[in-house]
Amino acid sequence: MRKSFISMAIIGAFLAPLAQAADDEVTLIIKNHLFSPAEIKVPANQRIKLSVHNQDSTPEEFESHSLNREKLIPAGAKAVIYIGPLKSGRYDFFGEFNPTTAKGVVIAE
Amino acid sequence: MFGTGLIVFRETLEAALFVGIVAAATRSVPNRTRWLMLGAVAGMAGSLLMATAMEQISDWANGLGQDLVNVVILSVALLMLTWHTIWVSTHAQEMTEDARRLGADASQGVGPLWAVALAVAMTVLREGAETVLFVAGFASGSPEGIATLMLSATLGFLLGVAAGWLIYSGLGQVQPRRLFAITNVLILMLAGNLASQLARTLQQADWLQWLSERAWDSSALLTNDSLIGMVLHGVIGYDASPSQLQVLFYLLSILLISSAARHMRLRSTTA
Repeated sequence: MRKSFISMAIIGAFLAPLAQAADDEVTLIIKNHLFSPAEIKVPANQRIKLSVHNQDSTPEEFESHSLNREKLIPAGAKAVIYIGPLKSGRYDFFGEFNPTTAKGVVIAE
Repeated sequence: MFGTGLIVFRETLEAALFVGIVAAATRSVPNRTRWLMLGAVAGMAGSLLMATAMEQISDWANGLGQDLVNVVILSVALLMLTWHTIWVSTHAQEMTEDARRLGADASQGVGPLWAVALAVAMTVLREGAETVLFVAGFASGSPEGIATLMLSATLGFLLGVAAGWLIYSGLGQVQPRRLFAITNVLILMLAGNLASQLARTLQQADWLQWLSERAWDSSALLTNDSLIGMVLHGVIGYDASPSQLQVLFYLLSILLISSAARHMRLRSTTA
């Protein structure tokens, strides 16, 4: 009984940071060459996991000069991009292959 | 239409500038054209393969597969440039002599041309796979039609290659004696650029968390996607808003490679 309590506590201690990490995960969807949501609010000074899912039948490249990120997302595929920690402010991003429609902004506050 | 050509141009430009500089740096080495062609062709063939596998690659390592592949590609290219620089520093004397009587005695000083060829292949592969995927992805559903798309893609490719040719022939105007001093610096900056992009890839995948704050932001002065910004990125590794780790990797790689080369040169002259 006591043993299982200890092992639960140990497992809990390992899972706690994982649960916290999950809070900073943001899912971004590309559909019809648009980002949704087009505006992402994230906490400043923290590392954020961006999970980008391209639901179009064409590839896209997530690109942001201010975030200093660039990653290809093939048609129908998912890709993970880590950003930050960011100072408060606005960080534009766009789809390099459809720059006229695929636009978005990360707002760190 | 215009967008397609621009994207292909941008991807081609970096690889073409790389090849142009490397070709100028190995001008006096016999058989170098064959080796560089081999590297470029292998890189293009690899691009086709990698583009078809990109969906699977993306899924590896929980969505970080591309970063994994890029880390390998960048590291190999960086190692090969390091090898080349150190080799050149120990053979600088022979190479300037070779350059003076160009082609007269082609038997000596072949050097590790495979290293340079491999660096070229890696660079072409990295830029090429993206280009192939982009063109193939949009060729099927393009409202403008495949012919228009291919035409503007070809135009973008040729313009990129032309820029590589321009830097190569520009360097061809330099006297052989000075050429090595210039290409040595250019190759070091290519290595710095690779190291900087390696740092960014490691941070993007969260494999390195240190120094991820922005070092500076010069995008008001010169953006990454302006023509000058693109050329400077290809030649000196310009980035409008690099992370601190990128800057550290850039400077450290240049410092390490040049001091290793100096050390080897001193050893070879005293030996």
